[in-house]
Amino acid sequence: MSEINSNLFFLFKNMPLLLNATLTAILLTFASIFIGMAIGIIITFLRIYGSKITKKIVFAYEWVLKGTPPLIVIFIFYFGLGKYLNLGPFLSAALALGLRSSAYQAQIYRGAVLSITSEQTEAGLSLGLSRAKTFMIIIIPQALRLSLPGFTNEFTIVLKDTPLAYAVGLVEILKAGRDILNQPLTQSITGSDITGTLNPFAIFLVCALLYFLLFEVFSYLLHFLSKKYEIPGFVTDKETK
Amino acid sequence: MMFFSKLVTYIPSLLKGLGITLELTLLSAIIGFFAAIFLVVGVLYGNRFFKILCNFIITIIRGTPMMVQLFLIYFGLPGINIKLSPLTAAVIAFIINSSAYQAEYLKGGFMAISKEQIEAAYSIGLNKWDAIRLIVFPQAFRFAIPALSNEIVYLIQYTSVAYTIGLPELFYISKNFASKTYMNLEIYLFIGIIYLIFIYIITKLTDIVEKKLYIPGFDTSHLK
Repeated sequence: MSEINSNLFFLFKNMPLLLNATLTAILLTFASIFIGMAIGIIITFLRIYGSKITKKIVFAYEWVLKGTPPLIVIFIFYFGLGKYLNLGPFLSAALALGLRSSAYQAQIYRGAVLSITSEQTEAGLSLGLSRAKTFMIIIIPQALRLSLPGFTNEFTIVLKDTPLAYAVGLVEILKAGRDILNQPLTQSITGSDITGTLNPFAIFLVCALLYFLLFEVFSYLLHFLSKKYEIPGFVTDKETK
Repeated sequence: MMFFSKLVTYIPSLLKGLGITLELTLLSAIIGFFAAIFLVVGVLYGNRFFKILCNFIITIIRGTPMMVQLFLIYFGLPGINIKLSPLTAAVIAFIINSSAYQAEYLKGGFMAISKEQIEAAYSIGLNKWDAIRLIVFPQAFRFAIPALSNEIVYLIQYTSVAYTIGLPELFYISKNFASKTYMNLEIYLFIGIIYLIFIYIITKLTDIVEKKLYIPGFDTSHLK
């Protein structure tokens, strides 16, 4: 019984640390997703409308980023480029996960863009818009709505990749868990009559639970958005032909 | 060129690391596959209890990061008096993780088989389990091969996470090399290419399997 008490006591005492770490994990997810979205949209455009060589380069970019372990990309940014520019753990992780995500997001957006009828592009061009403008103003707003289900999946994958930043010392949930375990026991117990040892199983179970809550909350929210922003009466390119 | 002369002395340990990486990948993929069959059969054909249990397991595993599961098993289990070596802990963690994802892919395959086939199996006198074993599973497996081969690609990438628990796989060895020689950029780019080569080989192999086992004239019209 005292063991359970002491574990609860430690968790309660370290709540601020855990909550901060949770916030860091959320921020890292959003930063990576936005980097991935910005680059992913450009990649999608180049992959569909680029010249032959551009298409090949973009294909290689996607293939390399999907095939390299994300941990290695993080290390290349943090340790590899550390000699030349000091990005810090958060930015290194955000860039690495963002680049990886850009390759996956491009794949999701491409499917959506290709399902929008080519008549819409023709109509845009006939109004005097440039190809890039037609893409940004007419195609992408619809494509983003169409790709929300795939995007939801990608978002949760990035969320589940954030603990990789642990490896470069970012205090996200997992690192916070280890830090709590590494606290000298005497120091954390001072001023209370609770004795006993800290159970690592309990701590990591709490970490897992925090991730699971984040996963469920964001899945739920994004599913809700997918439903809300469905394009009513949307006709795909394939159906018209 | 300095880099390659230093790399030469590391080749034996890098090869050993590569061996562990591949061993971990294959073990988790294969054992994870059999565990996945149990999970998916439980979800689709089990009684209420097994349905809920298997769904619960899949949801929990797919809802938490791989690395947290690894930490819970390696650093957490000693808290309830179960001590595992890094290799055992990694193998168990990756099997558990992979089984849930593979179950999800297999489920897609199982659901792609039309109900009429099961009814046809019943009508020629097969019982439920024989129908699943002989009729549904062989097709579901073939249907799920593209997704399953993707899972192997993911596994080989994420085994690098096992360095955090001190397993001397490929990434662990390259990190050692980096901390001894300070040639961070060179070694991580080099190792990245090694991973890419292996992923290329695996993709080519699974493409061949996919082509060989492709179901000709497989009707998926009922899915739309």
